Amino acid sequence: MADVLRRAVRAKGRTVPITDSAPAGRKLGRLGKRGRRGQSHLLFLLPALAYMVAFFGYPVVKNVVMGFQHYTTTTFYTGQAPWVGLANYRAVISSSVFDKALLNTALFTVGSIAGQFLTGLAIALFFRRRFPLNGVMRSLLLLPWLVPLIVSSAVWRWILDQDNGVLNRFLGALYLVQDRPGWLTSTSLALFAVIVVNIWIGIPFNVAILYGGLQDIPEELYEAAALDGATGWRAFRHVTWPLLRPVVSVVLVLGVVYTVKVLDVILGLTNGGPANSTQTIASQSYQLSFQQFDFGQGAALGNILIVISLVFAVLYLRANRRAVEQ
Amino acid sequence: MAQRRAILSRTTPTVALALLAPLSLSACGSSTGLSGGADTLRVMDYYADQPDKGIYAKVLDACGQQNGVTIKREAVAGPSLIPKVLQQASSRTLPDVLMLDNPDLQQIAASGALAPLSDFGLKADGYAKGVVDASTYQGKLYGLQPVTNTLGLFYNKDMLDKAGVKPPTTWAELKSAAKKLTSGKRYGIAFAAPATYEGTWQFLPFMWSNGGDEEDIATPRTARALQLWVDLVKDGSASKSVVSWAQADANDQFAAGNAAMMINGPWQFPILDKKASLHYGVVQIPVPKADGTPVVPLGGETWTVPQTGNAQRQAKAAKVVACLNSDKNQLSLAQQRQTVPTKTALMDRFAAEQPRMKAFTDQVRNARARTGELGKDWPKAATKIYTAIQTALTQGATPAKALKQAQDG
Repeated sequence: MADVLRRAVRAKGRTVPITDSAPAGRKLGRLGKRGRRGQSHLLFLLPALAYMVAFFGYPVVKNVVMGFQHYTTTTFYTGQAPWVGLANYRAVISSSVFDKALLNTALFTVGSIAGQFLTGLAIALFFRRRFPLNGVMRSLLLLPWLVPLIVSSAVWRWILDQDNGVLNRFLGALYLVQDRPGWLTSTSLALFAVIVVNIWIGIPFNVAILYGGLQDIPEELYEAAALDGATGWRAFRHVTWPLLRPVVSVVLVLGVVYTVKVLDVILGLTNGGPANSTQTIASQSYQLSFQQFDFGQGAALGNILIVISLVFAVLYLRANRRAVEQ
Repeated sequence: MAQRRAILSRTTPTVALALLAPLSLSACGSSTGLSGGADTLRVMDYYADQPDKGIYAKVLDACGQQNGVTIKREAVAGPSLIPKVLQQASSRTLPDVLMLDNPDLQQIAASGALAPLSDFGLKADGYAKGVVDASTYQGKLYGLQPVTNTLGLFYNKDMLDKAGVKPPTTWAELKSAAKKLTSGKRYGIAFAAPATYEGTWQFLPFMWSNGGDEEDIATPRTARALQLWVDLVKDGSASKSVVSWAQADANDQFAAGNAAMMINGPWQFPILDKKASLHYGVVQIPVPKADGTPVVPLGGETWTVPQTGNAQRQAKAAKVVACLNSDKNQLSLAQQRQTVPTKTALMDRFAAEQPRMKAFTDQVRNARARTGELGKDWPKAATKIYTAIQTALTQGATPAKALKQAQDG
């Protein structure tokens, strides 16, 4: 698939139609051969296409349709879902929670990505050096990835507990805070706390990909740069960063798509509270569908989220193509 | 390609939701529920953990035997019961006997997936009114609930004795007792006010006892109930963390001695009893004024007969439901599971035999069902209630304002 794509791109780049160069007499035969090859290409594509249609196409289409229906528990039994046009969208957008959820989704995404990326990059750069136990420590970094999210959120809830949590005990012992801050119970801190936990969860992903990208930069370039006097920050600025950029854009865009829809962390830590201060579009959609049984409105919110993700997905594909071309 | 796939799966968060939906289209015949005779009944419930799992296995098997059928039981985890029921409703593979959490019954009955129990000659005569309300949809009885539970005020006997405080019976007493019992690391009272239905459930005894109503929560009566909670948190008698605590967390605080009293239910007994040094008692939920009667919400699960299309098996299923609700089984389930029998005639005997269940049993007589008034619109109202609680407790909004804001959505 990737091969076909690349060839198509290359052909487009040349802007010379291959068939034109063929002598008229042999044109027919060659076309037949090419047609057969096209058919076999198509056959190879079929399993993938069927998979995509069944597991991505159908659910997405179904979800879009659901957004326009009054879809409730009754629908599951009777199969009847009256068409309500834009009523679901009107209801979710005019709800007082929507603005807050949208803002929280934006803050949550930007905060998480910035934190994950910067920390991830710093750690990846650090592990480029050779030192004892490098490999062991790098694999330990993957731990947050290995722990089920429901478990890690339960542990974080204990850590962040206002009265008896480890964090407040620690800060109190150091005389860093006077009143114990309510990390998960104050409306001004809860979103921050949830972002921090999500950063912790996202670091392994960023480190893994960025470290891989760093490995691809040839050592000779640094040696050459060092000869020209570029070391440390300047080496990073002029060698590492430009060569890492394709990987960076991939990490960032994937990160956004990955973060916009985060649900489990929020459900595990605050369930959208206190007073909706950590409510995001994803958690609100979940609540509408699975707690209030209003699947139509839940789907409408979900579709809004899909559109947001889609914008970044397109950005990702473009960034990816640029990376391939380079 | 792999990368591409990964990204697509990430762009479709609510697709999980849609994955449920397709089943409504593929609701084609050949369902396993229809085939076979009436000698095996499929039963589904959410008693997936011990000891409940074993207790129900025993009583279900006995009821099966009594009616000449073998029970094939499936116990799923609590949160996955409703998704599973919806899935089975659309593929027409519902079990012969289905247990539902009582506030979910009307939601499922409204879809038409359940059979009215009057079809099989079952009635709910002699049951507490609130219990029947929860299992009734549009005037028809769809479920029978053998046992119920509710909330009470737990208190630490040693701490109250030491402070010279009697278990409070009114709101004024509750406030002053909680204040007196608060010292150092210890809070006077613990309750749960999270952003879930659990928060609503814990608040209902206060709201209802003061005459508040879920139809319109922006009333002075509900506001005064919420003011009580706000006062308790504001003067430090209750932790600010109540907005993130589930009932299990409040119980942990009480068991650890970090709270002298708590609002909780009898399902915590086994956990509290494990701590030998803890001496506790239970009284009714304090009421706004002396001589008032607490109005508490009813918990527990109800047993239904889904529309499987096989009359013979449905009749047998109804017999099993009736058997689960026999006087003997109500009493035995109540005693084994720290719950209250739902037939009023059994309550006196039960309270006499189980002194620590007395406070709960007495309250059940006047208790209300959460869905008694709003039916399947209850989830929306419940969401408004916990949102208002959270707003008042964390954002300094007055209860009246917080309730108004939540009511208007």
